[in-house]
This record gives sequence, structure tokens and C-alpha cells, in this order.
Amino acid sequence: MPETAMDRAARATPPRMARRIRGLSDRAVAWVFVAPTVFLLLAVNIFPLIWTIRLSFTNFRANRPNAEVSSVGFRNYERILTDPDVWQTMQATAHFLFWTLFFQVLIGFALAWLINAKFRGSNFWTTVIVLPMMLSPALVGNFWTFLYQPQIGLFNYVVAFFSGADPTSFTMIGEVALAPWAIVIVDTWMWTPFIMLICLAGLRSIPASIYEAAECDRASKWRQFWTITVPMVLPFLMLAVLFRGIENFKMFDMVVQLTGGGPGNVTTLASIDLKREAFEKWRTGYSSAYAVILFVTVFGLASIYVKALNKVKER
Amino acid sequence: MTDTSVTGPSTRLKWIAGVMVVVYAVVTLMPLLWIVATGFKSGPDSIAYPPKVLFAPSLEGYVNLFTTQTRQSAEYLAANPPQTWYEEIVHDKNMVITGPSRFGERFMNSVIIGFGSTFLSVFLGTLAAYAFSRFRVPLRDDLMFFILSTRMMPPVAISIPIFLMFRSLGLSDTHAGMILLYTAVNLSLAVWLLKGFIDEIPREYEEAALIDGYTRFQAFTKVVLPQAATGIASTAIFCLIFAWNEYAFAVLLTSGNAQTAPPFIPTIIGMGGRDWPAVAAGATIFLLPVMVFTILLRKHLLRGITFGAVRK
Repeated sequence: MPETAMDRAARATPPRMARRIRGLSDRAVAWVFVAPTVFLLLAVNIFPLIWTIRLSFTNFRANRPNAEVSSVGFRNYERILTDPDVWQTMQATAHFLFWTLFFQVLIGFALAWLINAKFRGSNFWTTVIVLPMMLSPALVGNFWTFLYQPQIGLFNYVVAFFSGADPTSFTMIGEVALAPWAIVIVDTWMWTPFIMLICLAGLRSIPASIYEAAECDRASKWRQFWTITVPMVLPFLMLAVLFRGIENFKMFDMVVQLTGGGPGNVTTLASIDLKREAFEKWRTGYSSAYAVILFVTVFGLASIYVKALNKVKER
Repeated sequence: MTDTSVTGPSTRLKWIAGVMVVVYAVVTLMPLLWIVATGFKSGPDSIAYPPKVLFAPSLEGYVNLFTTQTRQSAEYLAANPPQTWYEEIVHDKNMVITGPSRFGERFMNSVIIGFGSTFLSVFLGTLAAYAFSRFRVPLRDDLMFFILSTRMMPPVAISIPIFLMFRSLGLSDTHAGMILLYTAVNLSLAVWLLKGFIDEIPREYEEAALIDGYTRFQAFTKVVLPQAATGIASTAIFCLIFAWNEYAFAVLLTSGNAQTAPPFIPTIIGMGGRDWPAVAAGATIFLLPVMVFTILLRKHLLRGITFGAVRK
């Protein structure tokens, strides 16, 4: 393949033009190439961000564009940070974040480790396992409401079949105690393959020679696992957790379709609460402050995490 | 690791690992198979207890998905016998078809917005990625990080100002507005992925072309682009899948004209409760292309989902 490109380049060269410098300079090309991307991102990301920050200090309401807007200083921020409902939302988000990551890391790593044994057909089964994570989260969440139906749902039927419980005795998305777990189950089902794929890449990056050396030193398999496998995979695993953490902090589509934030507000994650404030109650100023707080939180947590990740990588 | 390696897994371990992975795969596939199966069930079969694994296949769900219907009196039905197979299906339920449903439109919106934004983000992304890969762009690392950080904003959070911006620019609920928005969201992925792919193409090819008298732009189009074709194609598929699956912006910023399928399919309701076969039929039609693309993409999957951070 490399030869063909060289050949093609050589063949297509107009001899007369050889050594004549025409067209734009490299610097100009660089600017022309980068400018549209940066411009678009400024227009669709940074400009709105600045606008959000400005709105967050006002009492503006988007459904009353002609009403008088007045500055309220930090009142919106104060109200959000002292609102017990917001803290309830943060707790629901933290619960979702912690348990989804916990199960996905556990199952994802175990699966990667098993697949790395390279049995016959492991590539095929890897592709099968990966399918759920590529699908539309909203449609998946919507369809899981059907699977979670007490009488007719497949999930309840299977659980009842193996546990002997009455399938109508529990409603995953209707009960305060179960709903937070219902969303954890669906998210784990969808995204475990993500952690698995990245861990698999980590496992495959470990040279066999290290294990051979350990074998010569008579290190037990158990010891090899904890002193070679885990530390070598850790940077990969941490990267996967970073991606999933950011995504699940933003989680909206799957949960909104599955539980709509209910029952009550036990599954009202940050994004769902923000959507209600912004697009149902139309408290634009208040929700802008909310958005800024969320962004600062995710950005802050991610920066701290990336620092830790880099430390692990350096080791 | 080869089979003969002393440190490789034993045959027995391989066997156990294989069985466990296959069991997991089968369990994980169940909900997907259930979606596809439900699409081919009749209304009563779909809500039967215990859930029916074996059933007489029916296209009722698909007919309901694509048409709107009304109930008619027995005399009217007797006087107007069904002409086609799909009319027959609804005739059996004492209904007649009154016209097409909105599903076709919504699906087309998904296609237009998906392909439009994919084309734009791959086009702009390739240019930017080439520049970042080959030139000393000032503040390059900062710009690359800025591009990535735009992905950290919750979509609902940017929707507030975007909603106001679109309203004042007349872009609310238009294809152009949604294409622009998805392009901006996908650009970060496109730039990061494509930069990785272009970094892997040796600079010597272009340098040879430049010495031969190509302009920088010609070197880019005639030497680099053909080499990056696979990378560009897989980046395009990733962007397409994202735009295809996107829900938050679509539900907040579109209502009638430019609404895509993900916010529409969950709103399908039948007479007397959710029409699960129709919902499942819509989901099947919508999800199948993504499954096919995922299988095609499997070699580059890891790269795509990690923004090029892990390349295998």
C-alpha cells in the first residue's frame, strides 16, 4: 500500500510544475483548515456558555421574552445550593454514577479477562456483546419500560422464574426502592461492553514476556494477576471510567424514557431536573445557574481525575 | 501469545472462559431479540402472560407503525372489502386505513439530519485534523483540549442558550439548525479521531509530493486523503451513529417539522394502551442499521468510543 501512494504521487506529478511553489503557504493552509472548526465550536459552544453565565445572574424567563429582566446577583446560585431538592437530585446522580461504574468495571473487566483467553469464536462473541452500547439510549430506555412491566414484562418473568417470586409482586420502575436500581441495571447492560473493550485493549498490550519472566521466578498465577495484570490494565480502566463517568453525569435520554425521573423524584438525575427547570417551569435564569454549577462540577472532577490518571500512567 | 506458550491459558480455562462469555452474550442479546420479536407479534401476543417465545408472526405492528387508522362499523367494512394485504390486517380488527403515519417523515428527518451533519463534521474535521497533525498551529494542545471539552457540557445545559439563539435566528425546529448543532457536537469526535488516523500516515509521502512540485493543497487531496480513506469512513460512521441516536437536543429543540425518530417512536400509542408491536417495529427499523454498522466497524470500534485515545 505505501508503494502505491508513492507511485501515484510520482506519476501524477506535472513535470513542468516541479519545484515551482504555488498556492498557499503552509501557514495560510493551516489557518484556512482550522478556522471553520474553531469558529463553529465558538458559535455553538462558547458563545452559548458565555450567554448562560450571563443569564445565570438574571431572573429571565424564556417563555416571557418581553418581560423586564433584572439582575439578581448570586441569588440563583444561593437558591440552588441551599435547595434540599437539588441535593436529593445530586444524591440520585451520585448513586447512579457510583453503582453503574462499580458494576460495569467489575463485569467489564471480568469479561475482558475471559475473552483474553482467546477461545474459539471469541471475536464473534465480542462483537455480539458490544451491540447494546451502539444503540439509541432513548429507544432502549423506552423499550425497557416494556421489559419491566410486572405481568407481561420479560424481565419480571425471568426474575420470577429463577427466584420463585410472583412476577406481579414487584414493579421495577414504579417502586421507590427499586427504580434507582432499574436504571442502574439498564445502564450496566448497555455500557459494560465499553469498559470491556478498553480493558481488553489493556490486557492485549501486556507483552507475554513479562508473564514468562514471572513464571521463571515461580510467581503464582494469583500474584501475577495482582502484580502484572492489574497495574498494567489500570491506566486503561481509569480512562474508561473517566469516559463513562462524564457520560453518566450527563445522563438524560435513557433515564428520561425509562422512568421520567420518577417515582416521585428518586431517579431525577441532574440533567432531568435541569430540563424540568429550564423547559417546563421556564425558570431560565435559575436553570442557567444550575447549568453552570453542573459544568463546573463535571469539569472540576474530570480535571482532578485526569491528574490522578496521569500519575498512574507515569508509574 | 500462542497456544504453545507456557504462560498461555490452558485448554480447560479456554473452555470455561468461552462458556461464560457465550452465556453473558446470550443474556445481553435477549432484550434486543425481544424488540425484534415483539415487532412481529400481534397485539394480544405481545402482552400475553407468560411472555410468548413462540408465536404466529404478524405484520400488524409494521402496518400500525406506517399508517393511521380509524374504527368503522360492520356495514362499512362489509361494503369495502380490503384490497391489499395490509388493508386485510387492519380489516380483521374492524379498522380501515386513513392514511400514512408520521413515522416515514420522522425517519426521513433522521436520515437528512444524520447524513447532513455527518458530511459537514467529517469535512470540517478532516481539514482541522490535517492542520493539527502536520502544522505547528499556535496553541495546538490548548485548541485540541478545548475541542474535546465541548463534549463535557450536558446537552440539556447548552440547550437553554441554543434554544434562545435558534429562536432569534429562526433556526428552531429546522433541518439546518439541527444539522449545524449536530455538526458542532460531532466535530470534537471527528477532529480527535481523524488526527489519530492522519498522524499514522508517514509525512514522507507528502514531502515527496511537495518536492515533486505539488502544492500543499494538492498533496493533501491527492496523497493524504486516499491514505486516510478508511479512517475517514469509520469516523463518518461514528458521527452518523451519534446523530442517529441523539435524543436530548432533538426532544428539546424540535417539535413538528424537524423532529427525528428517537423522540417520535416512544410517543407511538395505540387504541387502549401502548401499541408495543408498533413501537418495537419502529425500534427494529431504527436500530438495525446501527447494528449492521457496528459489525462493519468492529476493528475501529475501540478507537471511536475513546476519541482515539486507545488504538489497540
